[in-house]
Amino acid sequence: MEDKNYIRERFFPHIWCPGCGHGIVLNNLLRAIEQLKLKKNEIVMTSGIGCSSRISGYVDFHTLHTIHGRALAFATGVKLSRPELKLIVPMGDGDALAIGGNHFIHAARRNIDITAIIMNNRIYGMTGGQFSPLSGYGTRATTAPYTNIDHDFDVVELAKAAGASFVARTTTYHVKEMADILKQAILHKGFSAVEVMSQCPTYFGRKNRLGDAVDMMEHYKNSTVRVGSKKIEKNPDLIERGVFVEKESPEYCSEYDKIIQKAMGTSA
Amino acid sequence: MAKPKCKELIINRDWCKGCGICIHFCPTNVLEMDDEDKSVAMRIEDCICCKLCELRCPDLAIDVVAEPKEKETEN
Ligand SMILES: Cc1ncc(C[n+]2csc(CCOP(=O)(O)OP(=O)(O)O)c2C)c(N)n1
Ligand code: SF4
Ligand code: SF4
Ligand code: SF4
Repeated sequence: MEDKNYIRERFFPHIWCPGCGHGIVLNNLLRAIEQLKLKKNEIVMTSGIGCSSRISGYVDFHTLHTIHGRALAFATGVKLSRPELKLIVPMGDGDALAIGGNHFIHAARRNIDITAIIMNNRIYGMTGGQFSPLSGYGTRATTAPYTNIDHDFDVVELAKAAGASFVARTTTYHVKEMADILKQAILHKGFSAVEVMSQCPTYFGRKNRLGDAVDMMEHYKNSTVRVGSKKIEKNPDLIERGVFVEKESPEYCSEYDKIIQKAMGTSA
Repeated sequence: MAKPKCKELIINRDWCKGCGICIHFCPTNVLEMDDEDKSVAMRIEDCICCKLCELRCPDLAIDVVAEPKEKETEN
């Protein structure tokens, strides 16, 4: 670790299983924040419930560990009252897109300046391996012993369609890329959605016979390509990584300020 | 320019959970698992200081300390 100043050391070793990808997300999020030289006091992290959401307990920023699926709603409240602060919201795929799906699309639609990190392990880790909206057709879960018939969302396409002004995907294997993307997402003014493919060896890995954490990260290496790579023409099953959307569009808190000015009769 | 060298590789044994990620992905095979399922730097002289083990450790258990770039030659 470079900067122990950013973590609450008294809670380590952390609770996550050996090889859990969520720890790698924590590791590289801290590096992104360190490289941006952000002060602990400038950052607010809100999270919901899930293995992934426990990340907020380990970082020494302002943190709110809230309720399942509602982290973005809490973040919206914080951001509107203190727009100068940086809001970072780590979420599990269930937290973000099952119970929290509505908050997710509307935060993206409003383009509020929040960085959402979707730690996608394709399963409900915390509650024992039930399938999530990201598990995908044909996968196995505790609640789908004969395989899942639900199709999965594509987080990137969903965030794009909902109006997020920064959309990216990376994996726990691609750690330098992850830190770079997180830096860009945090600096971006508007709603940023970053999907990080993150292994859950304990449930998704075991149920789908994908081996251990190392095997699952090898799979991230071999089954993904940089966005725009020619390799995808030969193998359309490859998953693209990188930044998909980065555009300027009116940000919610700034627009809200304008409305206040208008109502007060102080606008030019 | 001299290649970066590793001065010290600190592994926090209280935090390491023996997942083997650092060992498997080290490009020069520096690390090994000991019989207590903790990663140890067996061949530190081969370390190229890429820090990938440190960045990929889910438990924040590794610190790769690089040799200072310019050694003080005076006195
Ligand atoms: C309102 C509510 N409904 C259900 C739960 C039970 N619950 C806790 S965590 C969780 C899902 C966790 O999955 P995910 O968000 O993908 O995170 P992971 O644990 O996989 O990181 C569920 C359903 C809850 N805590 N609160
Ligand atoms: S159950 Fe899965 S997501 Fe939860 S800590 Fe273990 S490996 Fe990580
Ligand atoms: S990656 Fe970290 S936790 Fe895993 S074996 Fe290496 S030092 Fe231990
Ligand atoms: S810094 Fe690079 S070369 Fe050195 S032990 Fe870690 S992964 Fe191996």
